[in-house]
Amino acid sequence: MTAVWVIAGFALRESLRRRVFIVVAVITVAFLGLYGLGAWQAFQEVDDFAFDDRGIEPEAVAGATLLGLGMFGTLFLGTILAVFLTLGAIRGDAERGLLQPVLVRPVSRRTLLLGRFVAAASVCAGYVIVVYLVAMVLTNLAGGWWPDRIVAPALGLAAAVTIIAACALAGSVFLASTANGIAIFMIFGAGLVAGLLGQIGEALGSDTLNTVSDVTSWALPFEALYQDGLAALTADTVGFTKLAVDLGPFGGAQAAGPLLWPWALGYLLLVGLLALRGFTRRDL
Amino acid sequence: MTGLKKTYGAVTALRGVDLEVGEGELFGLLGPNGAGKSTLVKAACGLVRPTEGSVMVVGAPAGSAQANGALGYLAELFRFPDWCRADELLELHQKLSRSAGGAEERAELLALVGLTDAAGRRIGTMSKGMQQRLGLAQALVGDPKLLLLDEPTSALDPAGRRLVRALLERLRDRGVAVLLNSHLLSEVELVCDRVAIIAGGEVVAAGRPDELSRPGGVEVETGGGVRVYEVALREDVPRIVADLVEAGESVYGVRLLRSSLEDAYLEAVANAPTGDGAAAYVPAEVR
Repeated sequence: MTAVWVIAGFALRESLRRRVFIVVAVITVAFLGLYGLGAWQAFQEVDDFAFDDRGIEPEAVAGATLLGLGMFGTLFLGTILAVFLTLGAIRGDAERGLLQPVLVRPVSRRTLLLGRFVAAASVCAGYVIVVYLVAMVLTNLAGGWWPDRIVAPALGLAAAVTIIAACALAGSVFLASTANGIAIFMIFGAGLVAGLLGQIGEALGSDTLNTVSDVTSWALPFEALYQDGLAALTADTVGFTKLAVDLGPFGGAQAAGPLLWPWALGYLLLVGLLALRGFTRRDL
Repeated sequence: MTGLKKTYGAVTALRGVDLEVGEGELFGLLGPNGAGKSTLVKAACGLVRPTEGSVMVVGAPAGSAQANGALGYLAELFRFPDWCRADELLELHQKLSRSAGGAEERAELLALVGLTDAAGRRIGTMSKGMQQRLGLAQALVGDPKLLLLDEPTSALDPAGRRLVRALLERLRDRGVAVLLNSHLLSEVELVCDRVAIIAGGEVVAAGRPDELSRPGGVEVETGGGVRVYEVALREDVPRIVADLVEAGESVYGVRLLRSSLEDAYLEAVANAPTGDGAAAYVPAEVR
């Protein structure tokens, strides 16, 4: 297990030396600054329309919509990080001759794969948790609103980017760097479209759209985890406020139920086994 | 390695190679481009899976933790992370090979390859020759029992090559076995105890360098100039000298001529079957 930490530590040191983290930090500060400004302005606008007699809470509608946007942005940034930390980890490094000296040590291919995964997953999961929590605090500072669940959306995002990192790492065993990056972003896009279809299906009451969305979300569980986290923002919200949130661009998300997390873990394991099988059979 | 065969799709790189490198032996591997030398070395490292046959390193299957724990390897087309410093790279390999040598081992290895002053230097700023020296130091981390060197002097200047030759001889004295894959026949001839010539994925000749080279006549320096007896052997020398003296010639010196390893190599390769991979290049006049 020590070798896993050695490899993970070396991968993280590389990111640090290549100033990956500085670039990410600068862009994230810009994103959060823009988000905070947008949230503050949105709550100002919300204050202008009256509390209607049907019981809609404008702060809750604005807060849930804004933080839903924040979650989407966070997932997107986390995905970019996951993809670029892993897209050339195996085949790319092997083609450049970087991998061979490491593997001619008492280090198994499984250990190398695990080390690279630990490095990418820990950075990406930590990153999305921090960005989500800061976005949540900014939302509260701007409008005094807190989501119904605080931890569940953060964990959903963390698990989602962990799965994306695993998929990108597995892809790096089989595909060249560019092809792998394109493939993962397209899969990410397909997952988002499936989620949006589900939200539209929910608003229209379309069973077919909901089924398509559900199947795709389970096939790409990062999307199901994201949707689950999104739904947790307004888990206790009811009535017209909930209806108003659901009709918004980040409403209508459904909690996936108790099987989601076991499935996500099983999915990670399957992706890992597939990557290991491909890597073990590859001549370097 | 026993009956080692390797195919890449329809291409056969190795056709059943049997080879053994003994403890403390310096073994040279020669052959034209595409002969299968690098594949053979990679199979010994566990980087390439044999299609048939087996490769054992210190009694363990190649690629296993036990085998890799006894190995040092420098690839032909190696590369180290350009952001990393020389000392950091050695430290990484110390950790991976569980070497307890610490800073002392790193300093000793860098001194051994003439890079003491470059310990804190970023690899990206090093010349190719310096990186190759660092590669050698990296291969020596953890006191390996078998060193696999694939073209270790290709980027080195003459001084660097001499340094490597001296290093290899020191390693032999310490009981380290070395499998040296090189295109430089003179280098192999100078340091190797045994040599195998590979062509078309097969071992086409093997033995000590002096066994592979053959007698090539006798050269006699006389008062009337240098005379060469092309088919003569060592046993013919007394008779040749006696005949010359009897004929009134003054004899100043006699030298036995041998064909070089290069001649033996070209002959072996010219007669070898061409592999499925890159065709063995043999000059037309030798064919």
